[in-house]
Amino acid sequence: MYKAYETSFRGQRLSFGEKFWNISFSYVLMIMLLGAIGVIVLYSAANGSWNPWASKQLMRFCLGFAVMFALAFVDLRWFLRYAYWFYLVVLLLLVAVEIGGHIGMGAQRWINLGFMKLQPSELMKIALVLALARYFNSATLQSIESIKGIVAPAAMVMVPVVLVMIQPDLGTAIMLLLTAGAMFFAVGVQLWKFAALLCAGAAAMPVAWHFLHNYQKNRVLTFLDPERDPLGAGYHIIQSKIALGSGGVFGKGFLGGTQSHLNFLPEKHTDFIFTMLSEEFGMIGGIVVIAINFMIIAYSYFFALRSASYFAKLMTVGLASSYFLYVVINISMVLGMLPVVGVPLPLISYGGTVIVSVMMGFGIILAANSNRMINIGKDQG
Amino acid sequence: MNRDNDKGKVLISRTIFLSGMQLFLLVMIIFRLYYLQVYQADKYKTLADENRISTRLLVPARGIIYDRHGNILAGNRQNFQAMIVAEQTASIDETLTAFKKIMPLSEDEEKRIRRDLKRNRSFVPIKLKDNLTWEQATAILLNLPDLSGVIIDEGLSRYYPYGDMFAHVIGYVAAVSDRDVKDDPLLEVPGFKIGKSGVEKLYEKELRGKAGNIKLEVNAVGRVMKEIELIEGEAGQRVDLSLDVRLQQKAYELLGEESGAVVMMKVNTGEVLAFASAPSFDPNLFANGLSSENWKELNSNEKKPLLNKAVAGLYSPGSTFKMVVGLAALEAGAINRTRHSYCSGKMMLGNHTFHCWKREGHGALSVVQALQHSCDIFFYETAQKVGIAKIAAMARAFGLGRKTNIGIENEKDGLIPDAEWKKKRFGEAWQLGETIISGIGQGYILTTPVQLAVMVSRIANGGYEVDPTFRKANEPQKELKRINVDEQNLELVKRGMYEVVNVAGGTALGAAFNFNGQQMAGKTGSAQVKRISMRERQTGVIKQEDLPWKYRDHALFVAFAPYDKPKYGVAVVVEHGRSGSKVAAPIASKMLQEALKLDATDKPVD
Repeated sequence: MYKAYETSFRGQRLSFGEKFWNISFSYVLMIMLLGAIGVIVLYSAANGSWNPWASKQLMRFCLGFAVMFALAFVDLRWFLRYAYWFYLVVLLLLVAVEIGGHIGMGAQRWINLGFMKLQPSELMKIALVLALARYFNSATLQSIESIKGIVAPAAMVMVPVVLVMIQPDLGTAIMLLLTAGAMFFAVGVQLWKFAALLCAGAAAMPVAWHFLHNYQKNRVLTFLDPERDPLGAGYHIIQSKIALGSGGVFGKGFLGGTQSHLNFLPEKHTDFIFTMLSEEFGMIGGIVVIAINFMIIAYSYFFALRSASYFAKLMTVGLASSYFLYVVINISMVLGMLPVVGVPLPLISYGGTVIVSVMMGFGIILAANSNRMINIGKDQG
Repeated sequence: MNRDNDKGKVLISRTIFLSGMQLFLLVMIIFRLYYLQVYQADKYKTLADENRISTRLLVPARGIIYDRHGNILAGNRQNFQAMIVAEQTASIDETLTAFKKIMPLSEDEEKRIRRDLKRNRSFVPIKLKDNLTWEQATAILLNLPDLSGVIIDEGLSRYYPYGDMFAHVIGYVAAVSDRDVKDDPLLEVPGFKIGKSGVEKLYEKELRGKAGNIKLEVNAVGRVMKEIELIEGEAGQRVDLSLDVRLQQKAYELLGEESGAVVMMKVNTGEVLAFASAPSFDPNLFANGLSSENWKELNSNEKKPLLNKAVAGLYSPGSTFKMVVGLAALEAGAINRTRHSYCSGKMMLGNHTFHCWKREGHGALSVVQALQHSCDIFFYETAQKVGIAKIAAMARAFGLGRKTNIGIENEKDGLIPDAEWKKKRFGEAWQLGETIISGIGQGYILTTPVQLAVMVSRIANGGYEVDPTFRKANEPQKELKRINVDEQNLELVKRGMYEVVNVAGGTALGAAFNFNGQQMAGKTGSAQVKRISMRERQTGVIKQEDLPWKYRDHALFVAFAPYDKPKYGVAVVVEHGRSGSKVAAPIASKMLQEALKLDATDKPVD
């Protein structure tokens, strides 16, 4: 396949300049906007100070930005080639953390890299998408639609999900499961299988309930009725709604959020940062953040649909879904529409690994978009 | 392989569907945002303010109570308390040790302080010691450099400079109890005190003032971040009473160790000048929290210091009731000024004999002389002629038998019996004998000292329905209603009272005085506490002095002065004082003399 104005002759390889100009700068701009909003809100969260969060967040954002840019220049086939290896390495890290956590103190979820703490579970969100994309790229539709054909990818999903679950990190486990679910849906697994799984899940609920930690049970019960324990577990969600609601349309102004600054709002710099933003900047601020995220996700799907290769399409769908899940779970959670499961709002919440992993995802999406003309055979890899 | 060509198509259609779903969900979130931030915004704004704003009431200074000349009867005294703020100390132990060197703390106190420090956040001030005097507070302030974290808090506490002298009028303030009506948020303030009795209770609304408040911004753990708004309250209003410290002092002086009551008022305005119930108690004990020993002692005293005898002591009026009987008879035409009646010392009714206090009898008496000598037979007969209904009506017109509504709690109605009352109370018919003994103020009749003061004032002022009040009358009184009695008849009764004191043969001759031509008129009375039995009459009545205290007669005296232009009315009851003329009359006499002496100015003394 040859198109003179879009690809060169050199075995469908792009030059550095072509790669650079293929980067979607409007996409990058939206990411930078969200990053900037995050830094501003974190500045306010520290009562108008760069310390302890805003400055560190800015540094991490820059680091993530570098990672994103670097990945944007990587050849698409490289992702295909190393997908399984990446998955395997991250899986081993997860096991290592699990074992290390038992040896060390408490539920340790990270590996200390010195300048930041690396959570393998965050990397798994990307590794799993890549591995599944590679698997389905080479699978036939018949195998996808058969039961036998989805046993292997289902196992690829369940192993890390179980590992994350026992950390215990319910939020990440759910996100892995739902991201994989989105990909299974995209590749054409029949709807009745999802329905069957859902029924089985519902039937298994009482058993699963039994295995939940008490604090997790509390979170679910509290979600169902926040007033159940207004000073304990329900406190977070009640105070979050008060902060949001009292922000009104235009908010209380930068540094003016009373719920946040007087510490009624817990976790204002991490999981509940959207609440703080909406308290200070009102519904307008909230809608701006949602709108930028909407655009990022819409762009991602646009990139997916215009990619030539099946692998690039599916990988982008997986990464976009993963990002979408972050956003929708976090915001629904602080708005009292979902139980508090501990999912941050990417790019805005304070936290190193999330920024880096999400930016990695964006880098890969950008690379897929840059390489959208490259076709990859079903048996390549 | 045909199916496999569709693999890409499936991916595309499913991706389109998936992206549509996800973007739709994001838009849905905006609706939730709208619901919370626009539709429910007001609700949450209120909740946010409730979180953030802590409103504290500022307790207003209680109004000062003055006597008629501006002497403070109830005031406020500064009181200090020392507090410790844990986070401001260098070390709690060091501060406590240093503090103990200045102000010793008991073991219990220290235990409580340490417990409170542990239970509260480090910025919450914990009380070290309260009710500190100025000297103690200064001692602490001087040593503040060694007492890191100690602060001195200033407050006001109620204080009664005259102690027990006004306890039964002014009453006292004490902590709000569960029974009090919580109509004012101030009552919820810890340590707030309200009037529990007397004038403190009567004028509570004026004295209390209006609470101010301070709105503070607090954070989630309750630390004050800043002051948002300060609304000054209104101090309680001053209350000027009709009482005169000097007359009140005199009343207690004259009552001495006796148990009894003195009520003196202006006959034309009803202003109460002296209002004493003895023995009394120190209201300062109540204002600062009464100890259980004090409480026990006050309750077990047989002279009942806690009982306000002026309004709640019920006594047979005895012979002081004879003016009412005489007046009722004169009005009914049953007797007149010239008609005489003969007293032989006893009178028969059926097979019952009624005795005069003077066994040998008084001989022939007019109504004026009957009053002068306090002849019982005359009034037995008179009562019999006029009937209980008219006597009761006259008694009620002169303020007996129902509360004066002077405003002090536990006031008693007293009792003016009649046939209807007896039917209702006992279901029995009224007996003539009961009318007869009512004629000398015995039997069922019960009065309070304040009612007796009202009675004598109404007689003195020419039959005007004056009511007692503790309020100093600054404006001219409203027109008083006149009781429907003939002026001449009233003059006869007053004449009788004049002769009691000032004409030879009167029962209170010894109490007479002449102060710049001003004289007193009055009437003695003794109320039997123990009935004299037939056996006693035969064997000879036991002398009052020989009876145990609690069986002795009550001594009563009602009087007014000056006789020709009455200004002051007074009622004196000395419980178990035996003799109205010997015990009660001199007290009334001295009270009136004092009033007349002070009357020259009725202005503040400096």
